[in-house]
Amino acid sequence: MWDYSDRVKDHFLHPRNVGEIEHPDAEAEVGNITCGDALKLMLKLDDQERIVDAKFQTFGCASAIASSSALTEMIKGMTLEEASKLTNDDIADFLEGLPEAKMHCSVMGMEALQKAIADYRGETFELEDSGRIVCRCFGVTDKLIEKVIRDHNLRTVEEVTHYSKAGGGCRGCHEDIQAILDRISGTQTPVAAAPSAKTRSPLSNLKKISRIQEVIEREIRPALRSDGGDIELVDVDRDTVYVALRGNCSNCRVSQFTLKGVVEQKLREQVADTITVEQVT
Amino acid sequence: MPSAVYLDNNATTAVAPEVLEAMMPYLKDLYGNPSSIHTFGGQVMADVEAAREHLAALLGARPGEIIFTSCGTESDSSAIHSAARCLADRRHVVTTRVEHPAVRNVCRVLHDDLGYRLTEVGVDSQGRLDMDEYRDAVDDDTALVSVMWANNETGVVFPVEECAAIAKARGAIFHTDAVQVVGKLPVNLADSRIDMLSLSGHKLHAPKGVGALYVRRGTPFVPFVRGGHQESNRRGGTEAVPNLVALGRAAQLADQRIGDENTRVKALRDRLEKGLLATCPDARVNGGQTDRLPNTSNVSFEFVEGEAILLLLDQQGICASSGSACTTGSLEPSHVLRAMGVPFTAAHGSIRFSLSVYTTDQDIDRTLKAMPEIITRLREISPFGRGKPKTGAAKRSTK
Repeated sequence: MWDYSDRVKDHFLHPRNVGEIEHPDAEAEVGNITCGDALKLMLKLDDQERIVDAKFQTFGCASAIASSSALTEMIKGMTLEEASKLTNDDIADFLEGLPEAKMHCSVMGMEALQKAIADYRGETFELEDSGRIVCRCFGVTDKLIEKVIRDHNLRTVEEVTHYSKAGGGCRGCHEDIQAILDRISGTQTPVAAAPSAKTRSPLSNLKKISRIQEVIEREIRPALRSDGGDIELVDVDRDTVYVALRGNCSNCRVSQFTLKGVVEQKLREQVADTITVEQVT
Repeated sequence: MPSAVYLDNNATTAVAPEVLEAMMPYLKDLYGNPSSIHTFGGQVMADVEAAREHLAALLGARPGEIIFTSCGTESDSSAIHSAARCLADRRHVVTTRVEHPAVRNVCRVLHDDLGYRLTEVGVDSQGRLDMDEYRDAVDDDTALVSVMWANNETGVVFPVEECAAIAKARGAIFHTDAVQVVGKLPVNLADSRIDMLSLSGHKLHAPKGVGALYVRRGTPFVPFVRGGHQESNRRGGTEAVPNLVALGRAAQLADQRIGDENTRVKALRDRLEKGLLATCPDARVNGGQTDRLPNTSNVSFEFVEGEAILLLLDQQGICASSGSACTTGSLEPSHVLRAMGVPFTAAHGSIRFSLSVYTTDQDIDRTLKAMPEIITRLREISPFGRGKPKTGAAKRSTK
C-alpha cells in the first residue's frame, strides 16, 4: 500500500497551497467526482504574467493530492510561458517518482495547468474540448491519448490506462486505444468494419440476445455509468428489448429520451433494424 | 506507536495462538507423509482425519463430505468445474452480481470460453438478492447455481437455504461460497439443501494456504486438482498436514467462540457504526438495513476518496480496507457497491471495517477518535466537501 516515495507521502500528509483564491486570474477544473479524482486549480498572476500564487482543491487518492500539491509548489514564481512547458514527468520527478499505475495523477495536474492557461488566454483547451471521446467511462479524448502515447513512448493499452485512465473502466475502448497505438507506431493493423444491420443474415435468438447484451455492455453502459446511472438488459421477446434503468438514470426525466434515442438506435444499427426498446422497472 | 488496531478481518485474520501451537509439531518433528506405509509417516494420517472431524462438526457435516484444498479460491473453482462437468447436458449457470472474483471470474470463463449462458442476479440498494429475478433465472437448463452466503464487502447475508431449494427443484447443483460465514454464523449442513460449500482457513484464524470444500454425500463430483489418491481421490496432492491440523483446531475454536462473535463483537461493530454516523456527516452504512454478518461494517463517506482515508488511518496504526477505485486495482470502484446502486460519489469513499473475536473496546475507541479528524481533513482538501456544491468540477467529457 505504501508504495509511495517519501516525497509523495510528505505532500499527501502535508499538502501545500490547499484552498481557493478570491478573484483568480486563471482557473481550471479537471476530472469529476464519478471518475474518482478531480482537481480545481486557481492562479494569481502579476502584470508580467508571473504566477504569484497558486491554490488547489483535490478529491482523490494520496498520489492525486500529492501531485496537486507538487504542481502548485513548482509553478509559483514561473511565468505563464514557463509554466506552459511543464510536463507531467516534471511533476512525477519532483515527487521522486510515482507508481506506474498512478501516473495519471500527474497527467491530471498537467491538464489542469494547461487548461487554466488556456482559460486565461481565451484559447480552447485542446486535450479536452477538441477531439473525439474514446474512453466514455472516464471521458478521455483521442487527443489526450495520443499525447501520452507520444510523450511517454507508450506501447500497450495498459500503459495508456496508467497514464490517462482511458480503458480503465468497461474496457470497451481497448480496441480503439490499440488502433491509436498502432497508428502512432506505424504498424497500422486494419480494423475490421462491423457489418451493417442490413447485410446481416437473420440471427438465432441466442445469438441475438448475446449481441444485444454485448452492445449494451460496450456502447451504452459506460456512458450512463459515467453519470452515475446504469442499464440492465431484463428480457428479449422477439424484437422487443426490455431494459431497466438503475442508479441516477432511474429517476431521470430524460431517461425516456435516452432510451429511445440512444439504445434503440444503437441496437437497430448493430443487431437488427426491427428492434424496439421498452423500459421496465 | 501503540499496537495496531486490526479491523480488516474479512481480508485475513490473525492465526490463533492455540492454532499455531497445534500445527507446530507438524512443521518440526512430525514431518512424515500421511500416505507412507511406515509408522513415522502414517501416524499423521490420524491427525489429518481428526482435523476433518473437527471441521465437519463445525459445519454439521459428515467427515467424508469434507475435501481439504489449498484455499477458498480452489474450493470455488473445484465446485464450479465439477458441477459443469457432472451435468454436462445443461448449459446455464446462475450466480450473483456481487460474488467474489473467485466465483465471478470462473463463471465468466464458462460463459466466455465455453459458451455457457450466464445469469448474474442483481441486488437491491441494501444489497439484498433480487429473489424474483433469481427464481426466474433458474431453469431446467441450469447446471450450477453459485450464490455466496455472505458478502465479503458489505457482510450482507443471502437466503441461501431458499436459493438452494429453488435450485434443487430444477435439478441444478447448488454451491455457496461461505468463506465469510464459517466461524461467524452457525452453519448446519445436516438440515440443508446445499450441495457444495467453500470455506477458507485464514478467515477463521487458521493460516493462509488451506481451505475446504464440502460436497454433500451423493452429489456427483469430479476432481479439479488431479493426481494421487489423496482426499479419497477427490483432490490430488500431498496433504499440507500442518495447515489441515491448523484448520481443524481453528474449527474447534470457532465453535466455542461463535457466541462471542454474535454478541460482544456484534455490539462493538454496532457501537463503531453508530459512533461514525454521529461524528462524521454525510456518511452512510452500505447494507445497514438488512441481515448482515455480526463483524462487518461498510461505511461510505461522501466527497472523499477511500485510499486517502486508509493511508491516514494507517498512519495511526489502524487497518481497514476500501471499495474505492484506487484500492481495487482497477480504476472503477467496487462491483458490489455499484451493483447496489451506491452512487459513485459514495462508492469512492467507502471503508470496510471488519472485526474479530480479538477486537477490543479500545480498538473501537481509537478508531472512533481517528475517523472524524481524517474525514474533516480530507474534505478540507476536496473541492466537493460539505457546504460546497455537490457536483462541482466540470466534466472532463462530452460537449
